[in-house]
Amino acid sequence: MRKISYAGAVNEALAQQMRLDPSIFVYGIGVPDHKRIFGTLNGLLEEFGTERCFDTPLCEDTMTGFGVGAAVSGMRPVHVHIRVDFLLLAMNQLVNMASTMAYGSGGKLQVPMVIRAIVGRGWGQGYQHSKSLHSFFAHVPGLKVVLPTTPYDAKGLMTAALQENSPTVFIEHRWLHWAEEEVPESSYTVPIGKARILREGTDLTIVTASWMAVESLRAAEVLSRRGISIEVVDLRTISPLDEATIAASVAKTGYCLAADGDWVPYGLASEISAVVSEQCFGQLKAPVARIGFAFTPCPTVRCLEDEFYPNFGRIVRKVESMLSLEPTDLRDEFSYSHERKFKGPF
Amino acid sequence: MIKVDLNATVADTEDRGWELGLSAYRKLFLIREAENAILRYYPEDEMKSPMHMSMGQEAGAVGVCLALRERGQIFATYRSHAAFLARTENVHAFFAELYGRTTGPAQGKGGSMHLSLPAEGHVCSSAIVGSCLPLAVGAAFAYRSRREDKISCVFFGDGALDEGAFWESINTACVMKLPVIFVCEDNDWAVHTGREARAGYDSIVQVMRKTRCLAESMDTTDVEKIAAFTSNLIDQAQQKQTPAFLRLKCCRYLEHVGINSDLAAGYRSAAEVDSWRARDPIDSQRQRLRQRGLPEAVLLNLEAEVLQTIEAAVTAAKNAAPPSPAELWTGVLP
Repeated sequence: MRKISYAGAVNEALAQQMRLDPSIFVYGIGVPDHKRIFGTLNGLLEEFGTERCFDTPLCEDTMTGFGVGAAVSGMRPVHVHIRVDFLLLAMNQLVNMASTMAYGSGGKLQVPMVIRAIVGRGWGQGYQHSKSLHSFFAHVPGLKVVLPTTPYDAKGLMTAALQENSPTVFIEHRWLHWAEEEVPESSYTVPIGKARILREGTDLTIVTASWMAVESLRAAEVLSRRGISIEVVDLRTISPLDEATIAASVAKTGYCLAADGDWVPYGLASEISAVVSEQCFGQLKAPVARIGFAFTPCPTVRCLEDEFYPNFGRIVRKVESMLSLEPTDLRDEFSYSHERKFKGPF
Repeated sequence: MIKVDLNATVADTEDRGWELGLSAYRKLFLIREAENAILRYYPEDEMKSPMHMSMGQEAGAVGVCLALRERGQIFATYRSHAAFLARTENVHAFFAELYGRTTGPAQGKGGSMHLSLPAEGHVCSSAIVGSCLPLAVGAAFAYRSRREDKISCVFFGDGALDEGAFWESINTACVMKLPVIFVCEDNDWAVHTGREARAGYDSIVQVMRKTRCLAESMDTTDVEKIAAFTSNLIDQAQQKQTPAFLRLKCCRYLEHVGINSDLAAGYRSAAEVDSWRARDPIDSQRQRLRQRGLPEAVLLNLEAEVLQTIEAAVTAAKNAAPPSPAELWTGVLP
């Protein structure tokens, strides 16, 4: 099978579904420019024209409402944002309008809309170009929140989102765009709301998503050399949350570390911790541990940024403390960075 | 109840070209009397929904909806009793929703502030000022993409002029040349805040004329004038492929929310409200029809029929079942 990148997988899902469904259109600030949203929209303008692939004024809130209005009128809009941070300007339309349309109309209106947003990191992105905020959106009933880790899942989940009848926030970590793996050429879906065991293990469960799944796999690999068997649960969708897969894994291992690429307080890691406490209390051999961004704005300068982001090393240390292990020597371990890109495979 | 032989007189009205005037009056009377029924029944405390009454502002909604005809898809606000009934005339759906019954379009999950009946041309209403404007722009894009003979029309108050979403929506509709009619029902007040505290310009119409949308203003309670003018505006906008902005000066008779007068509060001029009441849109249209020679009996018959429909709708709503507790959980994710 041929290998394609995560960015290519998103692109392929969009192109394939746009061929099948004329109601799909892709729009957003910079969509048809020469960069094509990090290449994820390559070829769409040429194939589908300006009516289905177009630029917009800089008004995220109104253009979100525009998508809602088009969606309730029978279209399938895909609204693209090059940074998640810009979605904060659209919270009124997302939270007051998009998420309530179906409920507030007794099901007579539906919002089959995809909101794509990309998480920035590294090379001085700073505190306004680096947020993920997935738990903001997951807090709201009526929105689905998807954040794929692998190219295979990116294509399958994007295809599913384009066939979904609820507004779906689709969050892509910029560093994952480079990842490559074998992805089927034909169209397929990955179900929204289903987690995936990215690596099987017996000693401790890491529940994670998006970029932190890559860091978790690195940590699992390092720890495996010491005979520690880590299970990595990649949530893929955080709303609806696949509680059953989380609970089954933790019931097996007895330990749970929630590793999130976002702030910890009130966030995804905290939600996982609550779910595990409620459903696996009797099986837990230690309290659930949480790991995430430092609870500060994201600094621009690299040496502080390195302190801000959790990485595989931080995960290893946390696991060691949970399992009462001596610290592993990590001095020679490889760490991903903006320059040393992660390219897969998983 | 007064019984009149309708068959004889309907033919009369059609012959004399009274059809539009009469259907305008029917809508006006229906809206006013539906709200009068709210005034009567609200104190029973069975309609537990904040009421933002349209009373006094009916002519704009009716005139615009007559001009839109069936092709018009409307978006509105928390003050949309008039727009909803002008567009749908579905007084049964209206009261069922206000009473929060299973027979309401949203089974009471929406209530007075979120009236929505898309199959009959009223897409939705929002209680967040300015929030439906972007939706109307997106809907217009959908109609154009699908080559549908529909026009989107959004009603909003002058308070929405202060919102970023208003300027963003006008700008976007102009850039994309979309068939949207923006209708500003300008009653001077955003809750209790007057325009001096809100507007950094003298005339919104002058400002709008600097954009690429057609912009017009009317200061009248004459429903037929509004209908004719709007119809012309829509034709021009379609010809020129631009959106249109229409400001309709009007007067809110009652308090911002609730069923009472608030003139005693002293923040606005009672004399001004009286001057509007002296040219009340419903009374004016009735007088005009009489002056044109429409027999009193026709009007009485129409009024009796409308009142009967309203009473039947209220009774049906009261007798209908409220949603079951399990209904809370349905419809969040379709």
